[in-house]
Amino acid sequence: MSPLLELNGLGKRFGQVTVAEALDLTVGAGDAVGIVGPNGAGKSSLFAMVSGDLKPDSGTVMFDGVDVTGAPAQQRCRAGIGRTYQIPRPFEKMTVFENTLVAATQGGGLHGQAAYDHAASVLELSGLAGSANARAGSLSLLQRKRLEVARGLATGPKLLLLDEVAGGLTEPEVLELVALIRDVRAGGVAVVWIEHVVHALVRTVDRLLCLAGGRFVADGTPDEVLKDPAVLELYFGVGPETGPLSEGAEEPDESLEPPAQTAAPLTDGGLRR
Amino acid sequence: MTTLEHLPFHAAVVRSGKAPKATGGLLAAAVVILAALPYVAFTGATSAMVTFFVLLIMASMWNLLAGFGGMVSVGQQAYVGVGAYTVLAFANLGMHPFLALPLAALTCAVFAIPTSWLAFRLRGDYFAVGTWVIAEVYRLVIIRFDSLGGANGKSLPGLSGMDPVLRGALTYWAALAIAALTVTGCYLLMRGRTGLALTAVRDDETAARANGVGVTWSKRLVYLVSAAGCGAAGGILIIDSLSVQPNAIFSVQWSAYMIFIVILGGIGYLEGPLLGAIVFFVLQQLLAGYGSWYLIILGLIGVAGAVWLPHGLWGTITRTTGLQLFPVGYLLRTEPVTGKTAGKTTSPKRRIGSST
Repeated sequence: MSPLLELNGLGKRFGQVTVAEALDLTVGAGDAVGIVGPNGAGKSSLFAMVSGDLKPDSGTVMFDGVDVTGAPAQQRCRAGIGRTYQIPRPFEKMTVFENTLVAATQGGGLHGQAAYDHAASVLELSGLAGSANARAGSLSLLQRKRLEVARGLATGPKLLLLDEVAGGLTEPEVLELVALIRDVRAGGVAVVWIEHVVHALVRTVDRLLCLAGGRFVADGTPDEVLKDPAVLELYFGVGPETGPLSEGAEEPDESLEPPAQTAAPLTDGGLRR
Repeated sequence: MTTLEHLPFHAAVVRSGKAPKATGGLLAAAVVILAALPYVAFTGATSAMVTFFVLLIMASMWNLLAGFGGMVSVGQQAYVGVGAYTVLAFANLGMHPFLALPLAALTCAVFAIPTSWLAFRLRGDYFAVGTWVIAEVYRLVIIRFDSLGGANGKSLPGLSGMDPVLRGALTYWAALAIAALTVTGCYLLMRGRTGLALTAVRDDETAARANGVGVTWSKRLVYLVSAAGCGAAGGILIIDSLSVQPNAIFSVQWSAYMIFIVILGGIGYLEGPLLGAIVFFVLQQLLAGYGSWYLIILGLIGVAGAVWLPHGLWGTITRTTGLQLFPVGYLLRTEPVTGKTAGKTTSPKRRIGSST
């Protein structure tokens, strides 16, 4: 059986900036993969090339055994690639329920009552049921992030691409989100998650990749990757011989709590925004 | 393998905001009363109403195009002109002009297909300018045909022998029928699946695409429908005036009227063009005697509306009262969380388990 998602030699440049250089990645059905990397590493561009928003200069995107490199975004969505946007893009003048209903009818291909039930159930699942009839434009940032996930789920994906859905959330909210994404995964959906909130990733994914300068510099279990010299060098400008890292290694950490696990010392504050 | 398994509850969905139950009946009654007008009013009044219906048709089509498809065109006069000339061409061949009206709509939809391939390569401002240029090209091509009167225009054959009162009444009914069809058609389109997708396209094209909406297909559909409607309006114009003059029928003023009516009435609301057309028509009738002051006042009203009523008249009404004449929204009645209808903050504790 072919893997769910297969990227072969994906390349993309914007002028002098390389956002993807011969990227290879294979994601199996039901896998949970995390991607970390500094800003500008090409993470969101990678998602855009998988979801069809961006055309790669070279390489192919295979989904479910089909070459979708030239396929438009809506076709990939219907084939089972759901995605969220780092900066939420709700349909602002529509209600929250109508937002998920668009995804359920168009991306999910559902009709009538089945579409209503599904669109309502993903709102329930993502904790937005109480705002179902509110205009999406009136939502707070956190609710907008939830709506991104809800809409992605409403398309009935086999693969869900999550782009920094935990960014800006408080700790309890991050934990809720982790629980939600675990539920999603338990339902058989493969997840690829770009995130700076590393401890959230570590709790959710089996495999972690680090993307920098358009290349994967590390790939393995979360533990392995977070101890990888190349990753430490990238995030903190130090090598492994410097010893265990403490908080605020380079940039002062204002927002986040001490790392939940010693194995995951990277927090959001370590990155320049 | 998929999340399209339903969680164990039933979503009850109502297709209305606060739509008065009697809306459909009231609108039907309005059409019936309007249909009886030629029996009780003089032809002067019915002739003025033909202008109103033409404006309503054009504005509804422009609202569909710009308000839902996100395509700000200033070139819809292309189809007004092509529609008028289609009626003329078929009348020249001996067809009754009234019977040529549906053909005018059809011809415009056909012309719109290749035009859309060209125009859709442009975005935003360039699209607006491009559509205007395309309209000019249509005009320049049509005045090459001497059989259609060339640059001087031509009078419409086939209706000269008809009793003027009867002709006026028939024109009025045709205009009313097409206007009613246009408004109903827009409503039915926006109420269905395609309408929901179009509304999403209006709000965010990229997100719509990522959620499975065939954005280009939706836009092309809207463009064709809009061309057909404007073509029918053009057909009525030539039947009403019994002649066509290329510079007048291909004038950019038609697009200016459409934009004014839709912006004033409320862009992106089905009720917007209806209300806007009524207001514009009343202004036109009231100010007709004031010469150039008419245009100055109209301009001031347009500016004032854009500044103080950014959502238009209907947008302001519906935002404050929640009133909707055409319920196209989806109201979720399943309220498992708070029992309140809308706007409450989420209650994440009520999360339910995975679907497996």
